[in-house]
Amino acid sequence: MVALDDARRTLESGPPRKMVLMKRLFVWVFASAIVATLFCPLTVAQSAPPAPQARYIVVLDAAHGGDDQGGQLASGQAEKTATLVLSVKLRSLLSARGFQVVTTRESDATVTSDRRAEIANRTQARACLSLHVSDSGSGVHLFASSLAPASSARFVPWKTAQAAWITRSLALTGALNSSLQQAGIPVTLARTTLPGIDSMTCPAVAIELAPERDASHTVQSAPDDPAYQSRVAEALAAALLVWRTEAQQP
Amino acid sequence: MIPRHQVVLFSVLLVASLVMGVVLWQLRERAHQRMVAGQDSAHTQAPEVAPAEPATLVVANDSDGSLLTQTHSLPLPSDPGARGRAVLGKLLDLYAASGAAHPVPGGASSVTQVFLLPAENLSATASSRKPGLGSDPAATPKAQEDSNGTQDASAAEPTTPQLAVVNLTGAFVASHPSGLEAETLTILSLCGTLHANLPRVTQVRFLVDGVQRPTLAGHADLTRTYLTSDAIPADGGRP
Repeated sequence: MVALDDARRTLESGPPRKMVLMKRLFVWVFASAIVATLFCPLTVAQSAPPAPQARYIVVLDAAHGGDDQGGQLASGQAEKTATLVLSVKLRSLLSARGFQVVTTRESDATVTSDRRAEIANRTQARACLSLHVSDSGSGVHLFASSLAPASSARFVPWKTAQAAWITRSLALTGALNSSLQQAGIPVTLARTTLPGIDSMTCPAVAIELAPERDASHTVQSAPDDPAYQSRVAEALAAALLVWRTEAQQP
Repeated sequence: MIPRHQVVLFSVLLVASLVMGVVLWQLRERAHQRMVAGQDSAHTQAPEVAPAEPATLVVANDSDGSLLTQTHSLPLPSDPGARGRAVLGKLLDLYAASGAAHPVPGGASSVTQVFLLPAENLSATASSRKPGLGSDPAATPKAQEDSNGTQDASAAEPTTPQLAVVNLTGAFVASHPSGLEAETLTILSLCGTLHANLPRVTQVRFLVDGVQRPTLAGHADLTRTYLTSDAIPADGGRP
């Protein structure tokens, strides 16, 4: 008897309070969605801040390392040490400028050329710089791969993967050349065959830092001179800023 | 207590072993002496006195990273392989001289052999490199084999592109200055010099003591085929 009375009372008082609230909430959300759909594009076009920039990844490849000493500099320092120092300097400068930097090694570790290319290719980097140091020549030597340009394909041979990126690599070489020249550092441009570079699927340049010499070919700054390395790193960072700006222009 | 007959047997076997060792050593020495004597008495080919001819050398310069052509007069054999070795030897002599613009120790003895083969087996690597050697593998006639079974490239058509295989010594590679530019210039100057004197040579491969090596001195790739079109200096300009 008591149960029948409760049921009658419920029918007479209409739907429960919870259901009413949920209905109202649903109507409010639906209306908001319609309003947002109609007016949001206009709002974004008028006053929204610029869209967040996509990740701009730069790969720094400090050549040699571990068992591979590289060359021996006049100061007695191994090339692998000098390249790592240069890589650390450049990484700091690029990180301060908003680049996401990926390095192939952070310590005195052995990294094969295939592994270096693998790291670069996985990051889908916008620029890949292979850093070398030498006592021969003068200034900075910029090398792009000597592979002939080829159209990109889904599957490419590992040893000539760079062929599809040669045009961009040469453009990156030009940007680096301009910046280094502006910094008063003599530059030599050339093409070469370097196993790591030839397998990279990104704009890739091998940079060899040689001594700074005067007109009589006397060494003014050794390639492992910290001040000289800093100047070169600054110029390279400035070049990559220009490179990023040009890439983001429509 | 070891029985007497076992001691005697062991002693006899020990003496026999020592005697056999001495005899074998003497036989080995005799065989070695015979071999040395045979080499001394073998017929040697008298050096052919070739007339001096102008040879074009593509000489590297480290100061500006350039390749420059120089003409030198030197006796050149008529055999293309020997000719190639002679010009490369002269080039490496220039690099080994004091005050060289591209100093590389070693000299002429650093090139042990230069083999010339028809450039018919273009690898994928070589064919995808810069144009200029666009030889069609299908159009290249097969090399003729002589009675010794060795391939004679000179028997092919005169216009057939050739692959030169340069065999360097391990000492040369070990003493080569390490550096991207230095190694690249050495390779390009060797390729350019070969092509300048043997125009049919359009591709070059390098061996070190007869085997393939990954790099020259840690940088330049020695596993791939180089195209001489990459190494032709244009009025002293960049390769």
